[in-house]
Parts: sequence; structure tokens; C-alpha cells
Amino acid sequence: MADVLTFTDRGIYCPAGDFYIDPWRPVDRALITHGHSDHARPGMGRYLATTGTAPVMRHRLGDITLETIDYGQEKQIGDACVSFHPAGHVPGSAQIRVAVKGEVWVVSGDYKTVADGLSEPFEPVRCHAFITECTFGLPIFKWTPQNVLTQQINDWWTANAAAGRTSILGAYALGKAQRLLTTVNPDIGPILTHGAIENTNTVLRSQGFTLPKTTLVTKEISHKTHPGALVLATPSALGTTWARRFGPASTAFASGWMALRGVRRRRAADRGFIVSDHADWEGLNSAIKATGATKIFATHGYTSAFQKWLTSQGYDAHIVSTDYQGEGFDQADEVEA
Amino acid sequence: MKDFATLFTRIDESTKTTVKTAALADYFQTATPEDRLWTIALFTGRRPKRTITATRLREWAAEVAGLPDWLFEESYSIVGDLAETIALVLPPATESEDQTLTHWIRYIKTLSTLEDDERKAGILGAWNSLPNTERFLFTKLLTGGFRIGVSAKLITRALAQATGQPEPQLTHKLMGNWTPDTTTWEALIEADDPTADLSRPYPFYLAYQLDGFDDLGAPADWNAERKWDGIRGQLIIRGGEHHLWSRGEDLMTDRFPEFAQLRDYLPDGTVIDGEVLAFADEKPLSFNALQKRIGRKTVPKKLLTEAPVILMAYDLLEHEGKDIRDQPLKDRRAILETLTQATPPEAPFRLSASVPFQTWDDLSAARDQSRDLNAEGLMLKRRDSPYLSGRKRGDWWKWKIDPLTIDAVMIYAQAGHGRRANLFTDYTFAVRDGNDLVPFTKAYSGLTDAEFRQITAWVRKNTLQRFGPVRQVPAEHVFEIAFEGIQASPRHKSGVALRFPRMLRWRQDKPVDEANTLDDLKEMLATYG
Repeated sequence: MADVLTFTDRGIYCPAGDFYIDPWRPVDRALITHGHSDHARPGMGRYLATTGTAPVMRHRLGDITLETIDYGQEKQIGDACVSFHPAGHVPGSAQIRVAVKGEVWVVSGDYKTVADGLSEPFEPVRCHAFITECTFGLPIFKWTPQNVLTQQINDWWTANAAAGRTSILGAYALGKAQRLLTTVNPDIGPILTHGAIENTNTVLRSQGFTLPKTTLVTKEISHKTHPGALVLATPSALGTTWARRFGPASTAFASGWMALRGVRRRRAADRGFIVSDHADWEGLNSAIKATGATKIFATHGYTSAFQKWLTSQGYDAHIVSTDYQGEGFDQADEVEA
Repeated sequence: MKDFATLFTRIDESTKTTVKTAALADYFQTATPEDRLWTIALFTGRRPKRTITATRLREWAAEVAGLPDWLFEESYSIVGDLAETIALVLPPATESEDQTLTHWIRYIKTLSTLEDDERKAGILGAWNSLPNTERFLFTKLLTGGFRIGVSAKLITRALAQATGQPEPQLTHKLMGNWTPDTTTWEALIEADDPTADLSRPYPFYLAYQLDGFDDLGAPADWNAERKWDGIRGQLIIRGGEHHLWSRGEDLMTDRFPEFAQLRDYLPDGTVIDGEVLAFADEKPLSFNALQKRIGRKTVPKKLLTEAPVILMAYDLLEHEGKDIRDQPLKDRRAILETLTQATPPEAPFRLSASVPFQTWDDLSAARDQSRDLNAEGLMLKRRDSPYLSGRKRGDWWKWKIDPLTIDAVMIYAQAGHGRRANLFTDYTFAVRDGNDLVPFTKAYSGLTDAEFRQITAWVRKNTLQRFGPVRQVPAEHVFEIAFEGIQASPRHKSGVALRFPRMLRWRQDKPVDEANTLDDLKEMLATYG
């Protein structure tokens, strides 16, 4: 049987439907798993994405030709039948199921298996071949349970506020920041946001997501106007002049990489909270098992180790080279294998 | 071990020394005296003896975690720390036990007397009863090397806060070869007399690199001497015995047996700061000669004649059993001169002569002769300065000669460990030889974090081949390599070995065909080797 999907230098391609999934070079027709910039890129002729992903794509990519689809809804494209299923990565994110003549392949994009209280929870999809990321595909990665994480962040914020310090937390603008917003206790103090994060908040609120009250950081705002605040900032804003306006502060990063003491210390932040929108080791293995697939393609992350591991577990596992970046946090200085 | 884990977490979470000091001071006031002592010992490099090999620990951890060995090794190469890797891969503990730090150290000690399978049961049992941080720390105790960003200085400051004793006195008390098995908190910290232990050295006084003459005042206020290129050492003669300490607090007495005879010439109650030098015909030999003696616990006769050593005396810290570090340098040196005159020329002992000078220009000219004399530069010491402890500004300055440098091409890269895990920081460099590249040194320090990140990103995209953890990269980048010395080495392909090589600069302006050649390197060997 011919392959449902092939791997090209433009992206993942479906010959039966003549479309690409998350391509990194301009193509006519692109199916998009989610709105992060390494998956939803500009310059495609037509886009197809979930209803939940559409607003953020329009916000980021501007005037694009975009058709939307609901989770679970089937759509025929050429000889291929496609449908989108929750990936649990960020709000609106999807795995894309492609069926051609009874052969089913699933592209998972980025995903995580634990519910984060904001994104539509991950849904296993039965298939013959599963295309998976493995950003954290080593057994050293085990995420802190959400309730423990929430407690850690609340305790840190409370202690800082009591000591007259601002709490500056670095997190991704799309997904991670909002997930943290919904989990912290807003009664501890005011919540301030960096522009990139507030933009995403606006988009998500207009989609009907409930987020606590946040205040955009403008010129007039500092630790004097908002004592004991929690400041949500993009990781790149930490340590800049922008962050210095908040006076005495404790800084923290929220990332899966914080599981590693070396990375944590290199970032020179006071705290590191272990939280990721990607699956940890256990999550990857259980997700793959639940698909029932025998053929696995690992796209980005610790691909060589993960492929070897899957092979030892009896899978027909392969590595495919893509331009996806996984959790780009410390990306420039991470060795992938 | 909960309180020790809390201490560790507080230190580890902060980059601010005030926070770290406060955490330690709290601990020194609340933990049991035994635990305090062990904590000082661990943080000053006095770790308990290894009772289980790292290989065994890896096997057992992989087995408990249900991982194949190769996957454990892969994980270890990413984490960069064995104890941390083990703590991360093990399944969560199912039991819980709160015992003191000292309890766990004793527990580890008792394992050494057991059979292999009993040891295994002991380790697995501990792993299964300790939560994450404590499990990491317990495993750290097993693997040794407790470096967590706490300096001896910080320990002393925290102890000063906790006990109300002055820092210099505490620094002195912490010197020497004590272990928690040979002393107690009471004897080491609370007791008054830091010289109770006859072998205990004084803290070394260290200098900063000179950054100009503007603030020095009159040249006549200063004494200049050579900065000799050997091993800084402190010779102690007390109670009819002698001890030789290195700056890193290694006891080197047995490595240099020739100093035993100095007991016959120097009075009891003498402590001398000096340089251990390979020395023949009234001239220091190059550091390469001394290198043969380093790292040998005992010395064969042949080596004693090939590479004889002397103590080149800089300063006198104790005279007739009295601590004279507070007296001015000129007075200390005057006594030292008298002592030197009483030693016969065949004794392995010389006074480091003063370098005469009238002006700073004279001094600069004297410094230019350093390499010919096998010295690494000059020392400037204020004539009326006391002998302080640790690195202090103001009274003592070192004025080192510039290092030797060579422009080399990077050809291999490897990821670092610990804080540098996941960053490519260890590089192999080559010089040109016709159309070939001949590797001649490795270096892994000298660049900024930003440069390391930039190179890491480049290495990831430009890997030609992998040899285990090592990646071959295209010969595109030129680096200026600085080093302190060069010697012939038949073990290396290039025929040379460098002393203390490091990256001085990333020469992004230099194309590869302007890097230095093997002939350049051989010429340096002929001149400086």
C-alpha cells in the first residue's frame, strides 16, 4: 500500500489529497495543527485549521485565506478524508487524521496528554501510522502534577509579595502564559502582562475563554503602582530594561527544561517551574501506545534516542527531519541528542 | 535529611550570595552539631569515601527504572550529572524516612563492609524511601564531588554570622586535614585555639592582577620579587615534624621528601610561604620538570636526581611558634633572611630575592626578563603590609607576563557537563600543515555564554559526523588560544602539549587559511619549550 503521507523538503505531504500539513515553505494548500510560529507559517495559498486556532492565526498571519473545521468533523480532500482531533497542546491545537482507502495516519503536531485546565484535552486517535514529536523524549522528563505546580507558583508569589518583591514569571505568549493565568490564585495580588502575552489574552477572551483580570504593562506601571504583582513576561523580556522597572524582584521561568538543574542554573533565574505544553516521557509512551499504531515517525526532539527506544519496544520506528522546534525556550543552546 | 535538603534548595534556587549566606547561617544555628560539621566538610571538598562504584550505581538505577543501559547513558549525557540523572529516572519513592544527614553518611559507610547484593539492597532501599531532592543528595554523597556554588568564603561568612566569631579566625580553623571523623563541631569551631592541630596551615594570601600603577603611590613603598612558576606551598615545622601544604589544601609532604632535612636547619615553630620549584645549578627549571613530580605519591630515586626541588621562600608566617602575620612584610622578611642564612647551600631552601627597582619603568624592564628566568611575572608587595587571608586588593599585586598565543581552527565539539550540559563548550583545535589540519589541543573556557550559545547553534546545524558525544564540524572558525607553556609530547600527534590552554578570543575576522601552522607551533616549542 502506498504511503498516506510522505516527507518532503516543504513539509509533510499527502499525495492522495495534494495538501501539506504544517509546511515550512510556501505551498498551495496547508493544513495547520496549531498556531505556533514553527507550525503555522506565512505564505501559503490556502489554510485549513480548527475553529479554535483560526483567531490566533488571523492575529499572527494577517489577511490569509483560511477555512475552519470543528474537532471530529470529516472533510474529503481529493482521495483523502481528513479530520482534526484535540492535541491538548494549546487552545485549539489539533492532531490531524488522514485516511486513504482504509489506511489511517495521524500527524500529532505538538501535544501533551495531561489536562491543563485550558486547552481541549488530548484525545487518542487509533491509526496505522503515528507521526509524533519527542521534544522531551527521554526518561529524565517527568512533569510536576498540575496541583503541585499551582501550589509552588502561588507559594512563590505569596512569599515575594510579603517580602516586597515583584514576581516576574517568564512563559510563552501563546498557551503557556494563559495556562498559568488560569491556575494561579488571582487573590494574591495584581497580575501584570507583557504586550505579546496580553495580545494573545485578548484573542482567547474573544473566543470565550475565561481568564482572570490582567493589566497590560505600560509606561506608567511599576512596582510602585502595583506592589506585590505577578508579572507574566515572554522569556526574552527577563533581564532587560523592561523588567527592571519592577524594582526588587524574584524571577522565574516556566518550562519543561527547568527539570534540568544545569539549564535552570544557566538561565540565572531565581526559580524554575517544571511545566510544559509538550508530553513528558510517560506521556509520549502512553500516547503512542493508545494509537495502536505499529509505524512511528519521530519528527523533532531527542529523535535518535527515541527511535532506538521505540524500536526496542517492537515498533517500526523512523526519524524524519523537519523544521519544527518543539519547546523553543532555551532552544538556541539546546543539544537535541 | 529534610533540613539539609531545604538548605540545598535555598542555596540552589538563588543566585544572590546574601540569600545563600542567610540559608547557611540558619542551618548552622538549627541543625545538629554533627550535621553542621558534615555540611562544612562536604562544601569544602571533604567528601566521604566512595563505597560503591559509579558503574554499579548506573546499573542499579537503570534496572530499577526499567531502562536499557544505553538509554540511561543517553540521559546521563544530557543531564551531565550522575546523581541528578539517577534521581530523575527512578520511579517515585513508596516509603518515607526522615533521618539526619549524618545518619545517611554512616549508612553509606557501613555498606562498604557488605557483600555486593546486600549493598544493592541497601542502596535500593534508600532510593525508595527518599523524596526527590533528598534522593538526589543521597546519591550525590555516593558519587562524591559536592560542588553546588558555595565557596569556602561563603561558608566562613555564614559561620561568622551564626557563631559571632571573626571571619579570618574561622578561615584558619577550617584549614588543614580534618574530617568529621577526626574532630567535632565543638573542637573545630567552638574551641579557641586554631593551632591545636600541629599540621594546620594558615590561609594563603592571594593577589589580584595589577591593573595600573596610579594608585600605588611611591615605588619605594613596594617590594618586588619574581613570581616563580612552580607550586605554591606552605611549609610547617612544628613539634619536630614537618608538613607541606598546597594552595588547594592538599598535603604534599610525602611527594617532596627532600624537605624533611629542613627540620635540621629551621627552628621548631616555623611556617613559611613559598614556591616549590624544580631547581638545578642555582636556577629554576621549567615547570615541565616539576610536572614529573606532580601527582606521584612516592618518588623513585632516579626522579629525585632528575628533578630536584627546593622551597623558594616568599614569606614567614610563624616564628618561634608565634603567629607573626600581623607584623609588616619588611620585618617578616628580615627574620626570614636571618633564617635563610642559617641554612647551608646544599639544603633545598632559598630566599626569593627582591628585584631592585627605582621607577615603574625599571620594573617593567625586569618583568620582560621573566620568561628567560622561568618565572611567570612579578609580585609587588607593600613593605608594611600584613599577611592577609584569601584574595584581597590593595597590598599585594601580581603582574603576570602575557600568555603565549596561537590562532587555531576548531575541528571537533563536545557538550559540557553540569551547568554546561546541553551546550557545546569543549572544543578540539588544529593547526594547518599544508592541506592538512593537525589537532594539538582542547580548550573549554574563555568564551562568554552568548558566544557558547551561538557556537552551539552552529554546531547543531553543521555536524559532519558523530563519534559518540563528539561532533566533527567543518573547519570554519578560528580561535586565538592562549597558554602558559609548551612542551614536547610524543603522545600527541602534533608532538606538543600545552599548559593551561584556553580560548582568548573567537577570531570571527580571520579566515581559516590565516590560522597558524604546525611549523609555527614547532618554532614556539623550540623557543619556549
